[in-house]
Amino acid sequence: MGDILTVEGLTKTYAGGHQALKGVDLSISEGEILALLGPNGAGKTTLISIVCGIATATSGTITVGGYDHARDFRAARDLIGLVPQEINLEPFETVMNSVRFSRGLFGKPKDDARIEEILKLLSLHDKKDSRIMTLSGGMKRRVLIAKALCHEPRILFLDEPTAGVDVELRKDMWEIVARLKETGVTVILTTHYIEEAEAMADRIGVISNGEILLVEEKDALIKRLGQKELFIELSEQIETVPAGLSADGLRVENGGLVYAYDTQGESTGITGLLADLREAGLHLVDLSTRQSSLEDIFVDLVKEGAQ
Amino acid sequence: MNWNAIKAIYRFEMARTFRTLLQSIISPVLSTSLYFIVFGAAIGSRIDQVEGVSYGAFIVPGLIMLTVLTQATSNASFGIYFPKFIGTVYELLSAPISFIEIVIGYVGAAATKAFMIGMIIFVTAHFFVDLEIAHPVWMMVFLVMTCLSFALLGFIIGIWAGNFEQLQLVPLLVITPLVFLGGSFYSISMLPPVWQTVTLFNPVVYLISGFRWAFFDVADVSLVWSVVAILVFMGACLAAIGWIFRTGWRLRS
Repeated sequence: MGDILTVEGLTKTYAGGHQALKGVDLSISEGEILALLGPNGAGKTTLISIVCGIATATSGTITVGGYDHARDFRAARDLIGLVPQEINLEPFETVMNSVRFSRGLFGKPKDDARIEEILKLLSLHDKKDSRIMTLSGGMKRRVLIAKALCHEPRILFLDEPTAGVDVELRKDMWEIVARLKETGVTVILTTHYIEEAEAMADRIGVISNGEILLVEEKDALIKRLGQKELFIELSEQIETVPAGLSADGLRVENGGLVYAYDTQGESTGITGLLADLREAGLHLVDLSTRQSSLEDIFVDLVKEGAQ
Repeated sequence: MNWNAIKAIYRFEMARTFRTLLQSIISPVLSTSLYFIVFGAAIGSRIDQVEGVSYGAFIVPGLIMLTVLTQATSNASFGIYFPKFIGTVYELLSAPISFIEIVIGYVGAAATKAFMIGMIIFVTAHFFVDLEIAHPVWMMVFLVMTCLSFALLGFIIGIWAGNFEQLQLVPLLVITPLVFLGGSFYSISMLPPVWQTVTLFNPVVYLISGFRWAFFDVADVSLVWSVVAILVFMGACLAAIGWIFRTGWRLRS
């Protein structure tokens, strides 16, 4: 499917001189779920705020569903729904009135049946006449989602949907996102929980210090995750891979051998490697394995980005 | 033009008015009635006619203006300040609407409410004094224009205000003194000559004078100046609001 959102060369410099975004390029395909991972202050919320019209960009262009975000702002914003990070709701209003207001604001005619459908999807229907201040934190977050969905957007931004939310509600949120995906909505969510990106996203983007460091299919990342390394310490230090060892993924590190293998693969090749080692007359002193996690990849990327 | 958005904002604001009926409508009516009793009945009975109008009737236009000005300003300022305060302003900024819809919605609702209160006081006044309106159409024109222009001013204050204290500052320190000194309870001709000149720099004088002319066919300043003053004031507010939304001042970071 085509791109529903493209961001090109987006920069944002605040009045104080702080550069929150340093030339961000990003393309989102229709119907996908993209998770933007990044530490606090990386620029996630700034990026979302600019795309949604809450903040202004210093330079760069944004195209939403083929519409220029600045010139055709009405058509562009019509396609977007935003669930903000903070629970910003009118406390004295009822759920129904608050959602009706949002729908009207986006130019849609009154349609209570449609709103009730959305409330049902979010398990909020029995609270529709309750005042917002009487709801629990989790319910309020659902109201925010209902408000973002009530004008039937094609792109939904979820800014830290599970920040400060208990485990059960977090699982609920993941389920809601999965249901939205089924209805064809494109979802872009920010998070600093890696687990969350893993559970929900099709693609994962890593943002740090105002720059996108990587955008990759989750499966490819998981594959990198599936890689394990075997560290072989030999009785004598070596500098090159000895002749007679032909296995792929073999390299020298700290005078020993490192062998990378895929735990998900049909065979790891470890038995063969060990046989080859004996034949080559090499003596093992110690063996150890290590596995890089998405967390490691993430931390490495962010560290590199900071340098 | 996104009419559904205007309707949504207008309805939302009016619903807030009716939810807080006691504070929104009953309290201004009560306080105005107290003015009638104190100024009109108690003091007024000892004052002769002012420019051929009984004192009790003479203060009616000024009293309506006093309430309408304060109400229009504070309603509009609160209406736009509250979403900023609780954070729901994000919705206004991310919606497919321009400042025109936002202004029509919020200012329209605040002006409607001020107009309603003005009319209620007008009706209430009939219980205290005999009133005959010389130019009913002009009376309505002045009332509507005043409601609208001060709601616009309130909207600007609401966007400018960074806290609740600042929100109250302008109505309390600027508008109330201007109205009291703008001839609500006296005719300018009753002042010493020097103060008559000083008073002419008070924009509210032109509003009250024009409004009173619509009631009794007597005015402190000419009708033309009253109309010009209100149009200039309205234009200035509109220009300021246009600038605010173009630059995103205090709204968009």
